[in-house]
Amino acid sequence: MYLPDFDYYAPDSVAEACSLLAEHGPKAKILAGGTDLLHKMKHGELAPEVVVSLNNLNALKEIRYEQGRGLIIGARATQNDLATSPVIQEKYRSISEAAHHMANNQIRHIGTVGGNIVNAVPSADLPPILMALGALIQLVGPTGKRTMLLEEFFLGVHQTRIQGDEILTEIIIPEQGFTGSTYIRFGLRRSGALAVASTAVSVTMDGEICRGLRIALGAAAPVPMRARAAEAVLLNRKITDELLEEAGVQAAQESRPRNSIRGSEEYRRDLIRVLTRRALKKAITEGHV
Amino acid sequence: MAQVITDAQGVKRYLINLSVNGDTHTLMVKGNSLLVNVLREDLELTGTKKGCELGDCGSCTVLMDGKPVNSCMVLAVEAEGRAITTIEGVAPNDKLDKLQESFIDHAAIQCGYCTPGMILSGKALLTRNPHPTEEEVREAISGNLCRCTGYVNIVKAILAASEQE
Ligand SMILES: Cc1cc2nc3c(=O)[nH]c(=O)nc-3n(C[C@H](O)[C@H](O)[C@H](O)COP(=O)(O)OP(=O)(O)OC[C@H]3O[C@@H](n4cnc5c(N)ncnc54)[C@H](O)[C@@H]3O)c2cc1C
Ligand code: FES
Ligand code: FES
Repeated sequence: MYLPDFDYYAPDSVAEACSLLAEHGPKAKILAGGTDLLHKMKHGELAPEVVVSLNNLNALKEIRYEQGRGLIIGARATQNDLATSPVIQEKYRSISEAAHHMANNQIRHIGTVGGNIVNAVPSADLPPILMALGALIQLVGPTGKRTMLLEEFFLGVHQTRIQGDEILTEIIIPEQGFTGSTYIRFGLRRSGALAVASTAVSVTMDGEICRGLRIALGAAAPVPMRARAAEAVLLNRKITDELLEEAGVQAAQESRPRNSIRGSEEYRRDLIRVLTRRALKKAITEGHV
Repeated sequence: MAQVITDAQGVKRYLINLSVNGDTHTLMVKGNSLLVNVLREDLELTGTKKGCELGDCGSCTVLMDGKPVNSCMVLAVEAEGRAITTIEGVAPNDKLDKLQESFIDHAAIQCGYCTPGMILSGKALLTRNPHPTEEEVREAISGNLCRCTGYVNIVKAILAASEQE
């Protein structure tokens, strides 16, 4: 398989990358790891005339913790960078675990978190856990930068709020006092299989009372979605197994999964019920796992 | 960035220095040249195989700075400045590596098509983790599909090579 022809640029700064994108407009595409982009180009789904690579923007690979700001993950950090980062493992092991269980080892060495977000497919593994942790994203364009909640970024399959000349530079997880978080996915194989359905949760427990939580579902709707009705079942309540099951039922009800080769709508809904219950139980009893 | 040369037809080519198995090759590649094709066609290193060409099967696995990647998903221009190891670079001086010997001893090769990728994924694991568990070995080769389904012996071969450390 060969790729269509294109002009390749690897700018040395974000500003230069943005001006290349602005100059070439819709003919240009950003290349990070390429595991989604090159895939689409090989299938003829995309044929950009200009490819703007982020390969030289090493500052975007950084993962760090900033007092007052929170955990900051550069958009070019690879899935394996997330899986093995001591900073992430210490703060939110749940993110490392989510990254470690996606794709396969070779892809994890090149696929980036930024690409996983901007590609915007329902089954993407990283958006749910990042959304559950209240992540913000920073977009930089020729005229400046803006920050938004990750959960407000997605508009539809392959559709987001990013402008053609903007670059996702970092993901920020502000300090919010969670006591636990986790991501559980179900795939048809343990490796190299996309999620049929997945659930991420974060919880803030005060003894047996749940004082705060977020539930984010993957492959449950055209975009990664918050299960707000399910959250309402648990908020400020004393947690029991019955209540967790009720939250699972609620999440299944509010989800809007599709029929596809990987799973029927009905099957996915039942997976969401079970995954939501299990994820809640795990985050409540085991912390950030 | 690599030096760009535009020919009479307006096609751009990029001058890159590619470090493969310790040798530096100066090459002209097009922006859309995939690393796997440059290795196989320009450098005649055909030990790197092509299967799915979509990142699923691991036949085209090479090490980039010691980490296994699918060379069918990497642009050659982006491999500049990285140390590439192909299966031809695993055993310098015509003496097989002990992992290769172990594959032979354990009949871990049937048709052989997945073998270069399996060996490289195995090498990367043993370099990072000289005494892996069976679970870790299975995880390390989970991006390498063996169409002959000889996984049991492949896992045994990697574990046996680790015990010789
Ligand atoms: C075999 C295989 C298995 C896979 N398994 C999984 C899986 O289990 N789970 C999963 O979620 N995904 C999976 N994927 C998909 C893919 O690997 C991930 O989505 C990956 O994280 C994409 O990142 P990338 O850097 O390769 O993106 P690219 O292909 O480089 O980019 C993807 C899109 O995002 C844009 N983009 C990238 N970075 C930025 C940025 N910083 N700013 C603005 N736009 C940007 C690009 O223009 C492009 O449109 C798999 C892919 C393959 C080939
Ligand atoms: S040929 Fe590259 S992964 Fe299959
Ligand atoms: S030996 Fe035939 S593909 Fe593995």
